[in-house]
Amino acid sequence: MGTIVTLIINGLAQGALVFLMASGLSIILGMMGVINFAHGTLFLWGGYSYVWSYYGLRGWVITQTFPEAVPMTSFGAILKIQAVQLPEGAALSFGQELGIFLAALVFAVGVVFLLGFVFERLFIHRVYGNAPAQILITLGVQVVFTDLVRVIWGPNPFPIDRPPFLAGVTALGDARIVHYNVFLIIVGASVALGIHRLLTRSKIGMIIRAGLQSPEHVQAIGIDIKKYFTLVFAAGSALAGLGGALYMPLVGNVVSTAGINNQILAFIVVVIGGLGSFMGSFYGSVFLGLMGVGVALLFPSLSVVANVLIMALVLVFRPDGLFGLAVSKK
Amino acid sequence: MSSLLKAQDLVSYIGPYTILQGVTLEVGSGEAVVILGRNGAGKTTFLKTVMGLVNARSGILEFDGETLAGKPTHLIQRRGIGYVPEDYGIFDQLTIEENFRIAMWKEDKETLERRDWVLDLFPDLRIAYKRLSKTLSGGQRQMLSIGRALVNQNKILLIDEPSKGLAPVIIEILAKALQEISKTTTVLLVEQNFALACAVGKRFYIINEGKTVETGTVADLLKDKELQAKHLGI
Repeated sequence: MGTIVTLIINGLAQGALVFLMASGLSIILGMMGVINFAHGTLFLWGGYSYVWSYYGLRGWVITQTFPEAVPMTSFGAILKIQAVQLPEGAALSFGQELGIFLAALVFAVGVVFLLGFVFERLFIHRVYGNAPAQILITLGVQVVFTDLVRVIWGPNPFPIDRPPFLAGVTALGDARIVHYNVFLIIVGASVALGIHRLLTRSKIGMIIRAGLQSPEHVQAIGIDIKKYFTLVFAAGSALAGLGGALYMPLVGNVVSTAGINNQILAFIVVVIGGLGSFMGSFYGSVFLGLMGVGVALLFPSLSVVANVLIMALVLVFRPDGLFGLAVSKK
Repeated sequence: MSSLLKAQDLVSYIGPYTILQGVTLEVGSGEAVVILGRNGAGKTTFLKTVMGLVNARSGILEFDGETLAGKPTHLIQRRGIGYVPEDYGIFDQLTIEENFRIAMWKEDKETLERRDWVLDLFPDLRIAYKRLSKTLSGGQRQMLSIGRALVNQNKILLIDEPSKGLAPVIIEILAKALQEISKTTTVLLVEQNFALACAVGKRFYIINEGKTVETGTVADLLKDKELQAKHLGI
């Protein structure tokens, strides 16, 4: 029983992370018809921006609080990631740690929001309605901006710790509850709830839902849909950035291949959840997360192919997604 | 009566195909004008060209004294052109209320009063106000599409084939509503249903193969059986 509880929490945490990436991807694809192969790069930039700002900010706070603190090995290339070691027996307060963590998250999300904004204005808006051009241009952006990460922060993986206040594990009977996983589930659920409310209760949400069905008709009632395209693309990017920022401390290191690996999962969720459906991507992420841990437990050798297999089956037998939530275009 | 919408020798293409090859027409402020013609004559394309959904290649297209050529659709609509497309343009995932709200330029007292007037005009919409639009019948969808175009203080209403696919009893309700609307709003109606067109319009244009071929008053057209047979197949 303990093992099952542990696995469910791990699966939900994994699902929460994939959801952050897949929800933006699904809405961008559904509303703007853009197949964004650069989404993984945005995830990656979120991760690196978070780690860079987290270490930088934490080092600065440590040296301000404990002048005797000494710098540790630095990582990176053009932008160095410089960790500072706390003096023995010293610790930052909970408030300081929380502030550093939140500031680094906000920084990372902000960087990726801006990147998404620039991508849309520079590249994407030129290729609306042209799927082959979208694939080529976003793949190009993926390659260039992933390489840029290596140029800026170096090609080698480096470690990143979880914030101390989220680093613990609680034993509940046989179950081992990893605090960071619980935190991820809370973040994923909160983001899902927040965006669901935005989509269903605000005028911006109405416009996005209408745009998912027919951007042309939205324009014909006097709304500049292209402005919303830019906003949605940047916001979807920011969600991927948040996913990247939260992913790196989960796996404990930063590596430049993380973007493409998670992008594949996000595309699988988009297919499972139903194209253009925000709630579909939520259910799809939960499903994929739980299925992932289940398969890993029961059929470890199938854990890689299971995701792709389920996507193929859904495409063949339920093209509207496993939950029938795909938004139909007119 | 001042000219509100003016097209002269208007030419437009969809992809490689020339659809409009010289449409000339004029709608004065306060008028109810109908565009008639056979299937594929270019009537719908004309309305889409006015809305900027199809690009005009040459000719003159003016609204309220200003050119519409090259303007984006949302800015054309904001100049005061309400558009009711052939396929209704209703957002299925939104409720009737949301379909109204999304179309409102602002949610002020005046706009809400106009919405209430629309709901009085189409009581079916008031009853189903909180329902998702995808649950509505064809007639209700048409009512919503027309009603939605009326919530703003538009100067003209372009309506594309409102009777298409509707039962005769619903067409009758629509005809009465459109007559009521045309008392206060300039209307340009594209319609194949001759009875509905004549019930609403005072003047007419006939478009054939992308060109304006006839114009006059609806009263004269009703008397001219030869013209009806030649261009409308009646």
